[in-house]
Amino acid sequence: MERAAVLGRLNWQLATVVELVDETMRTKSIVLDPPEWAGHRAGQHVDVRLTAEDGYQAQRSYSIASAPQDGRLVLTVELLDDGEVSPYLVDELRAGDQLELRGPIGGYFVWEESLGGPLLLLGGGSGIVPLRSMLRHHNAIGSNVPARLLYSSRALDDVIYRDELARLAASDEVDIRFTLTRESPEGWGGYRRRIDRELLEEVAWPPSDRPLVYICGPTGFVETAASGLVALGHEPGRIRTERFGPTGG
Amino acid sequence: MAPISRGFRGRRRAEADPARIPPGQYVTHDFPVLSAGPTPHTALEAWSFTIRGAVDQPASWTWASLTALPSEKVTVDIHCVTKWSKLDTVWTGVSLDTLLEGVETSAEYATAFSDGGYTTNLPLEDLTGGKAWIAYAYDEEPLESEHGGPARLLVPHLYFWKSAKWVRGLELREEDEPGFWESYGYHNYGDPWKEQRYWGD
Amino acid sequence: MDALDGNAIAGLLFDVFGAEMTTATSACASCGAAGRLAELQVYLRAPGTVACCRTCGSIQMVLVTIRGITCVDLRGVDVLEPAAS
Repeated sequence: MERAAVLGRLNWQLATVVELVDETMRTKSIVLDPPEWAGHRAGQHVDVRLTAEDGYQAQRSYSIASAPQDGRLVLTVELLDDGEVSPYLVDELRAGDQLELRGPIGGYFVWEESLGGPLLLLGGGSGIVPLRSMLRHHNAIGSNVPARLLYSSRALDDVIYRDELARLAASDEVDIRFTLTRESPEGWGGYRRRIDRELLEEVAWPPSDRPLVYICGPTGFVETAASGLVALGHEPGRIRTERFGPTGG
Repeated sequence: MAPISRGFRGRRRAEADPARIPPGQYVTHDFPVLSAGPTPHTALEAWSFTIRGAVDQPASWTWASLTALPSEKVTVDIHCVTKWSKLDTVWTGVSLDTLLEGVETSAEYATAFSDGGYTTNLPLEDLTGGKAWIAYAYDEEPLESEHGGPARLLVPHLYFWKSAKWVRGLELREEDEPGFWESYGYHNYGDPWKEQRYWGD
Repeated sequence: MDALDGNAIAGLLFDVFGAEMTTATSACASCGAAGRLAELQVYLRAPGTVACCRTCGSIQMVLVTIRGITCVDLRGVDVLEPAAS
């Protein structure tokens, strides 16, 4: 449709909620069918806008969880206790409802094969969402770019896309490592602490390999990871960051 | 209007007597943190509050001398331009009447200035007559830095952007000068009961 | 309250400039440091939005949406260059 193709306008559109999928106790994926969607790049996000009957509006940004090849638009939302929008999306929204959104938005925190690698992804909490889009894209195009993910979560039950990541980890193409920061099960084979310089050094490629790095999560996580990598000698210009915050609620 | 999101109500709303709610506002029990910059951290030993500008003699207080002044505990409603109102908030602080006592001036305007460079302007008469305080406690606890501590200006009869966080003083002026948000199009005065959010309202 | 980054205002910047701007580069008028707009320190949740230089902390941009129109003040930006396409 021409309206969607007008340069310089990011238009709002009403997408139908097709399905809701519980990912963890506090996160839910929302499968959407937007009427005018021209595709997206892995790592981009959408803006979602809610309007109450009295006209009150709230707007938030959510990373796209699906890959461009998936053929459907999926968002994964984490419930924040003092959130205003996330409780609605996670607890109230139903299949058949309509959700106003606009996008895709963003051009910095995106990965596609032409950008090369090796690809190092560092995710904290719900920061995994855009990284998962990148990994799904990487898989869908059969990319030979070496890829590695370090995913930090509080506990095993908080790991989003656990089964999918386990399957990817079992394949040769992607190296996936987990760290649990608050509690871990007996016999846990992954890391057991918040990321630090030592952990980063073990997981990251050497700076001489010039990895392309994407870091996403709460501000504290992102800053620790980014400054840790720079301290190890990685080029700041090859590190891309996306900070989530309480405003993502 | 944009399409309605079925079942969406927004932040937890509180019930309140409509006569206490200015037009266009919603009442909440939350205390959202609104910030336009990093939280400044000035050590109390280095902190001071100064009244300067169109005065014969600037007046200045250290943290110790300000908190030694007679203080009041007040319960007021606060109204944010982002449409949230919070009723019956309890603050402790020194009245501007106390601070301005003995300050000789013919100035009619004041610009409050804060750590970090924030400013906001008001008529001097909106700071006097029991309408404004330098508040250093909220709910009987020391004011947290994210809410403007160690001390903020408290002027509840105007939209809350006028209650400058991290306040360090007042510049008294013969002529009015729009402060930070006012110079970007927010209303110069900001009366919530007249819904004066933006210039021209 | 922790700052976010320029990714959080990608939509707002699009509203103002009519184009994707997070990959654009700005030079700080105060300290000269250059970086992508995506890397600015952004403070939301105020009467407006403020984007500060990550190196020196001075304000580079202020964005305000009033009566449906978003305006930007590039007060702290010396040079603004879109990314080469």
